[in-house]
Amino acid sequence: MLATVLLLAGVAMTAVATATMLATAKWPRRAPAAAIVLWQALGLGWGLAAVGALAALAARPEHGGVAGGVLAFAAGAVTRSAVPARQPLVLTALRLASLTMAVALLALLCWVLAAACTTALRTRRRHRALLALLARGDPKVPGALVLDHPAAAAYCVPGLRSRIVISAGTLDLLDQAELAAVLAHERAHVRERHDLVLLPFTALCRAFPRSGVALQAYQAVALLVEMLADDRARRARPARELASALMRFGVAGAQAPPSGALAAAHAGGQGEVVTRVARLLEPQAGLSRPLWIAIWCSAVLLVVVPAALFVIPL
Amino acid sequence: MDVLWETVSPLTVREVSERLTERDLAHTTVMTVLDRLAKKGFAVRERDGRAWQYQAAASREAYVTELMLSALDQAAGDRQAALTRFARSVTDSEARALRSALEAFEDRSGS
Repeated sequence: MLATVLLLAGVAMTAVATATMLATAKWPRRAPAAAIVLWQALGLGWGLAAVGALAALAARPEHGGVAGGVLAFAAGAVTRSAVPARQPLVLTALRLASLTMAVALLALLCWVLAAACTTALRTRRRHRALLALLARGDPKVPGALVLDHPAAAAYCVPGLRSRIVISAGTLDLLDQAELAAVLAHERAHVRERHDLVLLPFTALCRAFPRSGVALQAYQAVALLVEMLADDRARRARPARELASALMRFGVAGAQAPPSGALAAAHAGGQGEVVTRVARLLEPQAGLSRPLWIAIWCSAVLLVVVPAALFVIPL
Repeated sequence: MDVLWETVSPLTVREVSERLTERDLAHTTVMTVLDRLAKKGFAVRERDGRAWQYQAAASREAYVTELMLSALDQAAGDRQAALTRFARSVTDSEARALRSALEAFEDRSGS
């Protein structure tokens, strides 16, 4: 069981180390979709490995896999046969402690995910209800709602009953072609349910509010999702329309100071909007096939290895 | 809802129906709609004798501001994850970079 513990702990630490490197890597902007998959694998693999490593400490060695060992330990604890005369009480206590921590971590992860879902659903429901009362349609932006406010804003309320919202300020700011590009971008978000991609990373930030890695992961994925939607919009509209819309937006929105966490995120490195504009105006080649395969293989391994250790004994 | 926003004083269901002259709505329809608005918290009601009197819970502008605040990424905490925005707010230095990029871009497309 020691090998399993060490391997799982190794996977968990590798995931965190990779996440730190991935947050500053340059290649993700060339292949946002592959990078998003890698981020998801890192998150899931880390969760499985961390819970698994703690559970493996508690598992009884003579049974197969982490799951079997934990079940044997739990069953033994219930029938009191887990404390045979030759087993020191301290060892049993340690096992019980690590099992408790494993269960607590698993419960925390499930809880924050559920809480993030509920918050998002509730906020969206209220937002939609208010939009129904306040917004109007406009022939300049077919399929979108217009909110009468002078500031520039364009966003979507994702979900089964999704809404794309454009502020009156945006209608004044952008020309027809730029508006069409913005709509194409927002439709891509809605169609591909990018909100679901982002949700687990929101939950992770909630679970570990002081963790820099969790925040980095969230911000990286948020940016990648935007790039993905930019790429989709570029299929339908010329890239320069979207780029100029982004630049006008950035210039117009600068009066609003970014709040809290966002301000900190902007302090280092190039700004997100600048990065996206540069990407649209000077498109880079996609990833080479070997690199692409390597990324997908690591993503699969990150999830499969910890999952397999739950059932396969070492 | 627009009727409630236009009047300062609380209105009964009958008064709301009377103000909705352009649309011939049944009294019960208006009552149901007002009841729903009250349940969702957008209208507040108080009993005046036998009839309920309705009033908007907040001004139209207040609600627009609420929507715009979340749209501009300034809502509290993890509520910001509920929406997907076209562009996040930028810093001053980023805005300067974007402004010069935009000018260069317009020069190029103009020529």
